[in-house]
Amino acid sequence: MRVVVDRDPCVGAGMWVLTAPEVFDQDTEDGRVVLLDATPTAGHASTRDAAPACPSGAVTVTG
Amino acid sequence: MNEHLTTEPVTLPTTRPPGCPFDPPVALAPLREEQPLRPMRYPDGHVGWLATGHAVIRAILADSRFSSRPDLLHLPTARQAFDGPLPPVPPGMFNNLDAPDHTRYRSLLTGKFTVRRMRQLTARVEEVTAEHLDAMERKGPDADLVTAYAQPIPALLICELLGAPYADRDFFLEHTATFNDQNATAEQQMTSFSAIGGFLHDLVLAKRAAPTDDLLSDLTGSDLTDEELTNVGLLLLGAGLDTTANMIALGTFALLTNPDQIDLLRADPDRAVEELLRYLSIAHTGARSALEDVELNGRLIRAGDTVTFSVEAANRDPAKFPNPDVLDLGRHATGHVAFGHGIHQCLGQQLARVEMRVALPTLFERYPTLQLAVAPEDVPLRTEVDILGVQRLPVTWQEVAR
Repeated sequence: MRVVVDRDPCVGAGMWVLTAPEVFDQDTEDGRVVLLDATPTAGHASTRDAAPACPSGAVTVTG
Repeated sequence: MNEHLTTEPVTLPTTRPPGCPFDPPVALAPLREEQPLRPMRYPDGHVGWLATGHAVIRAILADSRFSSRPDLLHLPTARQAFDGPLPPVPPGMFNNLDAPDHTRYRSLLTGKFTVRRMRQLTARVEEVTAEHLDAMERKGPDADLVTAYAQPIPALLICELLGAPYADRDFFLEHTATFNDQNATAEQQMTSFSAIGGFLHDLVLAKRAAPTDDLLSDLTGSDLTDEELTNVGLLLLGAGLDTTANMIALGTFALLTNPDQIDLLRADPDRAVEELLRYLSIAHTGARSALEDVELNGRLIRAGDTVTFSVEAANRDPAKFPNPDVLDLGRHATGHVAFGHGIHQCLGQQLARVEMRVALPTLFERYPTLQLAVAPEDVPLRTEVDILGVQRLPVTWQEVAR
């Protein structure tokens, strides 16, 4: 599994932190997505949920 | 374009089923099952669109070819119909702006409403909640849950977040309650709105002169003008008060009429809150206008067309949520559009979640015998407004020796 984030369109809704906190964090200053683990080995189901949960298309999950 | 699609425009269904206080207008479901995006006739004669399906609404809300500017919209209901177009957006009202104007404001605020920051408020939400439960007990064994509990908790929290002095809070609570009262006259509401606006303007000037540790003070360090800051404050209030207050009150009403669900609320409040958001969909309808021609679902939406989207129809779409008309607090309701979708998705959603996940379970923990003090059909609903809810929620409980 490979996770890619694009901070540009991110509006900081924080859905990824709720969905997969071991893979994503939220920048304490600007509130945007921070990727902790680009190739997670566990928690694939919740990580996969993070892409459709994102309101602005900032998260892509493949594999 | 597909020939078999309906071209006959419908009007926006608004008649809610009597005796079903939590259900959307009955005519929405058949429209959605037939065609989730279809032509709609607007009160001013415009023929635009009505979106009712979950997938198509998410697509529209995520698409920057659709604008949020009210001055470009045809209004979907006659209740709101004006003779002419709405005025341009006042500076700072970023919910009504498109990128990049919207981005400038939103990026200043996003870091203030993160999951972590909002969860840090949990202890304070618990304190405020406990104070109001104590006050209810002193005056009990009955109360109007709206004024005793649902309204003051989010009002106090947003007050503290913005940095309003404690001494001004009664003034502030009184005027926000009047502004949000369906039965207040237009004049009373305007008076209260002006009072809140004046209050916020003075607050902005005070924070500029002597910054303290709060959101408005932080923002005085940005390049926002006093007028922009005042309007940002008004927007945060407007978005953060009535919404959460009605979720707490209507959510309690839903739980009291579905008592088998209360154990599920206790077992997993996070999951329960998502389902209540989906099921109640209190911010029930919104609209966008197309900035250019857009092809969607085999339809051609022309530049200038208004698209009305029904949040409540999307959140009851069986293609996304099986048995959508059943309140099931054990279900995985993530993906609902109760907070919207796209770049305008609710900025304060993590604050709202923290408030609801504390206020709802704590209420039932403290008052396990809580029940309605009137028949369910006698609870006065708020339906003639943008945010659904109850006007009053008379409740009662059995007093126990403590």
